[in-house]
Amino acid sequence: MTTRGPEQASTVDDADGPDDPFALQELPEEQSAPRAGWRGISPESAHADDALDNEEEDGAEALDAAALSTTDADERARNSRALLRLLIGPYRWKVAVCVLLAVLEQVAMQAGPLLIGLAIDSALPSLRHGDGTPLLWMAGLYLLCGAATAGSKALFLRTSGRVSQGMLLTLRQKIFDHAQSLSLDFHEHYTSGRLISRATGDVDTLRQLMDEGLDGLVTTFLSFAFILVILFTQDWQLALIVIAGVVPMWFTTRWFRRRSRFLQRKIRTAVAMIIVQFVETMNGIRAVQAFRREPRNLEIFDELNDRTARLNGDSMITLARYTPALKLIGNTTVAVVLVVGAFRVAGGGLELGVLASFLLYIRRLYDPLDQLAMFLNAYQQAGAALEKVADLLARRPDVPEPEAEAVRALPAASGTGREIAFRDVEFHYTPEVPVLPSFELTIPAGQTVAVVGATGAGKSTLVKLLARFYDPSGGHVRLDGVDLRELPNAELRRNVSMITQESFLFSGSVADNIGLGKPDATREQIEEAARAIGAYDFIAAMPEGFDTDVRKRGGRLSAGQRQLVAFARALLADPAVLVLDEATSSLDIPSERAVQHALRTVLADRTAVIIAHRLSTVQIADRVLVMEAGRVVEDGTPQELIAGTGRFSDLHRAWEESLV
Amino acid sequence: MTVAPPHPSSRSTVKSLLRLWPYVRPARWKLIGSTAATLAATVSGLVVPLVIQKVIDGPIAHRDGSALWPMALAVLGLGVAEAVFFWLRRTLTSRSMARVEAAIRRRLYTHLQEQPVAFHDKWQSGQLLSRASNDVSLIRMFLNFMLIFLIVNAATFGIGIGVLLVKQWLLGLIVLASSLPMLIFMIIFEQKYRVATRRSQDQAGDLATVVEESILGIRILKAFGRHRAMERRFSTLARELRGTELYKIRLLAVMWSGMILVPEATIAVLMVLGVHMVSSGTMTTGALVSFFSIVMYLRWPVLSMGFLLAGANDTAAAADRVFEVLDSENSVTDPEKPALPASRAANGADAGGLLRVEGVRFRHPDAPEGTPDLLRGIDLEVRPGETVALVGATGSGKTTLTSLVPRLYDVTGGGITLDGTDVRDLTRSQLRELVSVAFEEPILFSASVRENVILGYQQGTDAEVRRALKVAQAEFVLDLPWGLDTRIGEQGLNLSGGQRQRLALARAVVARPRFLVLDDPLSALDVHTEALVEEALRHVLATTTALVVAHRPSTVMLADRVALLEDGRITAVGTHSDLLASSAAYRHLLSSADLGGSRNEEREAVK
Repeated sequence: MTTRGPEQASTVDDADGPDDPFALQELPEEQSAPRAGWRGISPESAHADDALDNEEEDGAEALDAAALSTTDADERARNSRALLRLLIGPYRWKVAVCVLLAVLEQVAMQAGPLLIGLAIDSALPSLRHGDGTPLLWMAGLYLLCGAATAGSKALFLRTSGRVSQGMLLTLRQKIFDHAQSLSLDFHEHYTSGRLISRATGDVDTLRQLMDEGLDGLVTTFLSFAFILVILFTQDWQLALIVIAGVVPMWFTTRWFRRRSRFLQRKIRTAVAMIIVQFVETMNGIRAVQAFRREPRNLEIFDELNDRTARLNGDSMITLARYTPALKLIGNTTVAVVLVVGAFRVAGGGLELGVLASFLLYIRRLYDPLDQLAMFLNAYQQAGAALEKVADLLARRPDVPEPEAEAVRALPAASGTGREIAFRDVEFHYTPEVPVLPSFELTIPAGQTVAVVGATGAGKSTLVKLLARFYDPSGGHVRLDGVDLRELPNAELRRNVSMITQESFLFSGSVADNIGLGKPDATREQIEEAARAIGAYDFIAAMPEGFDTDVRKRGGRLSAGQRQLVAFARALLADPAVLVLDEATSSLDIPSERAVQHALRTVLADRTAVIIAHRLSTVQIADRVLVMEAGRVVEDGTPQELIAGTGRFSDLHRAWEESLV
Repeated sequence: MTVAPPHPSSRSTVKSLLRLWPYVRPARWKLIGSTAATLAATVSGLVVPLVIQKVIDGPIAHRDGSALWPMALAVLGLGVAEAVFFWLRRTLTSRSMARVEAAIRRRLYTHLQEQPVAFHDKWQSGQLLSRASNDVSLIRMFLNFMLIFLIVNAATFGIGIGVLLVKQWLLGLIVLASSLPMLIFMIIFEQKYRVATRRSQDQAGDLATVVEESILGIRILKAFGRHRAMERRFSTLARELRGTELYKIRLLAVMWSGMILVPEATIAVLMVLGVHMVSSGTMTTGALVSFFSIVMYLRWPVLSMGFLLAGANDTAAAADRVFEVLDSENSVTDPEKPALPASRAANGADAGGLLRVEGVRFRHPDAPEGTPDLLRGIDLEVRPGETVALVGATGSGKTTLTSLVPRLYDVTGGGITLDGTDVRDLTRSQLRELVSVAFEEPILFSASVRENVILGYQQGTDAEVRRALKVAQAEFVLDLPWGLDTRIGEQGLNLSGGQRQRLALARAVVARPRFLVLDDPLSALDVHTEALVEEALRHVLATTTALVVAHRPSTVMLADRVALLEDGRITAVGTHSDLLASSAAYRHLLSSADLGGSRNEEREAVK
């Protein structure tokens, strides 16, 4: 891994073609800001320097950038459009109905001025001749049109509402499911704040587009088309003038779209960074307060917040230029039509009523333009958000489910655990730094193996491979002879359970949290699991016993109690293979004693791998492995190793001395 | 499962929106200017049909080409003016409204950072997040766009009706009368919509909470293959949200059709009457055309009232949600007249360091009635430079006691003094400068190693950071690719538990605090590293007053004395060997006889 300085950052413009003068003039203001700020350097941000990134945002989004380095802006836009199509797909008939309803609404609505024109041009002369019927007809028709407009509008809203809410639901579920299916490697780099921002903020922009947009867009385009048709049927020469006005509008709109897309992309990134900062602060509030981090946090927050405000301002200024430009073009057209029309009326080539209704129509033609601008803005915003979402959804899990034909069944359970085999296993995060260079290990069914070794020896990696949080870079990990990659996820999880050193609790009751190990567990089973591990008493002593809400992230349970809950959860799962990754670190001695006592029975008929830095846990193992630099350097029963002169013997002696 | 905060539904929309005033105030002139520009644009738009009428009735009817040009120029001029006013309207507010949004978000963030831990225990962070992001942006969009239009469209309607009344009072009166049913319509709609919009925002917050939990707890969900269950929970909430949104849409649909139907019916009536009046000669054709063209012009402002009102409701609900957070009172506040840390105040000598816990009681603010206090009268004295270990069963309140010292929570009875000064008489900043804590579960931030170690101690130099890293045996970070500049990722997940714990320890010692509170600081370390850390830590503890929560004999060995916490009280204080000899409870907690090998048992036997 090479360290690259900020000066080497290339300036590939990711959003706009070089034909956009505004982007080049105004935006790269922060380009020279130092990269190595408080956030520090991560491999992703360092790597991203070679790819693209002219933004100050450094690594938070650089991973996105790195992942996209082979693609270009067009592809990003394509991805987001493809996602949009995918979302609309199931609703295409409803969308067709929506368009129809919108057409109906427009027909009914645009007929209005026509009827008024008719009333003046034909009903008025009839009335002068004493015949009031045509006028009443006109009025009745007008009322009918009004009712049709209202009815179709209401139906349209409801139908399009169902479409857009359906799409949002699908998108939310897609993001959520996808995030859940992605491997831990992904989660360790794509910070939770950013994921949260994808699933909340970014989806919200799409909601805004749907709420305001779909409606406005269809209406605007249809009314535009309608009015043009009506104008042409009334007088094609005047209509041509109106068409001429559309040309500069089109160019203005093109400018706006580019500029707006560029800004919106930056805004989505900036918003995500605010969310990251926010989430980290709130989750780490104890440390923030205890270490007086608040002022510094506020500094960082201000920087991000101000940047977002500036970008939002830029975006609104862009809109502020675009809308009046449209207005100006429209108004100029009105004046031209007036003059030309006046001359033609004067020359007798045009009815006075036609000119009057023509002028009414033109105004209506330009009225929704403001709405169109708003829609375009919302569209760009949603487009930028969808790009990010599409990019997230495009990530393939590194640890995929096996294809249906590749699935292999495990042999029937023997009741004494399952055999674990590491064959030629090689593992690395980056090829230069192998964590496990070449690893060979067989754990017979029913054996309890303790793995010890210094930090970085590869103990945790071993466990992560066994739980298939990662796949090996080479070789195989087999459970009863079946490669883990050939096991469906559900099957694997039924057989292999893990207790880690971090014991996250979900909101809900204590019973819910234990029950996570086995969804169909009865209350008796849950209590039994808690009793087996020595957690029953403290849980029963809580205000509402097993129904006590653990509050947000279990803030109310001590670290040791949380670890006991995690143990109960794993016991309840009743797996063939149990993995303990430094799972007893927070327990006090009586609890650890109880846990060990329980483990002696529990582990008797299953395979277990125990990672421990406290050798007390090792006492219950049948076999001890000492690891160093990704290799097993000692392997034997605890008694053999203690009696020997190796590392374990030294460790054991040191530990015994520490016990007094 | 999810804690929905109470609904303050009694507050009216206007009242809720008015609470935003202090944030809008700095931008008030721009907002007023923008409203004026919008009105001017509207007026120029409104005048155009009048001029067009003149053109039709005058030059065109009289075939007068020379009179046409100035009037056509007037139409053009008004058009240009309208565009310019449009530009002004948006340009004036664009930046300032973005700043208003930023200011509200900043206020929220500051407020939340200030709130005591008890507040954060109670509030789900997804709810807080959705308020700081979605709700605040909603407020900006409303202020920047909808508010102005709400004012301007109402004004346009008023002016339009005024013009209509002047032109033709009878027809004008009919238009005016038609606004009454619409008004009633809007009031009914507003009440229903308000409730629905609040519900949907709360549901969005709950959804954010599930998203956040599922991501932070991903390891456990994966380890147990439980993500399907989480997906179901998410899906249920997402569907509920969709249900509420669809209900809102149904309300809107009714609203819209009413807002279309009433004016259209009015126009039909006007049509009959107007044509009659022209035929009977009370009105010219040109006047009728311009009358209709004004009525048409008013159609959009009327129609838009529907969604503007909906927007106002959404925003009011969002503002309520924001102020719910901002209104929460901080129970852990700075004293009005902060005391100076005693020893320094006395003679400038830095000899202090006496920590005294006197009769301290504590219960969580939302603990159910009838449950006993968690801490029931703790008395403990840690003398300057002394280290006292705190030993007690899991869940006995050791961690709680340690969080009382830096006032992460406030005691509910008794008091804690530092060199004779009650911790509540110091500012939180002073206090937390004096006291450092190492939490058992270290929280790392996505920032550089340096930033993670110094946190609030921004004046910390690299030399100090290195010293702290040395004490904590955390010098492994220097071997990371970018040394102190390396970012340790999200919650430091790419570091092992032991590594994180050592960084947390470095964090506690970097500022050389006078008081050190360590919550089982070595639990995740292996024996070898633990011995090294202990060795280095001893030097620090020699000159620092320290309270150390201990689960292990090895950690206890760091202390000069040990205090045993049982049933919310300190039941025994003494040296490790004293307590081993005198207290059965202590022996139970710390004797690792049956954990260790035979040699240990022998040792116990010898004693």
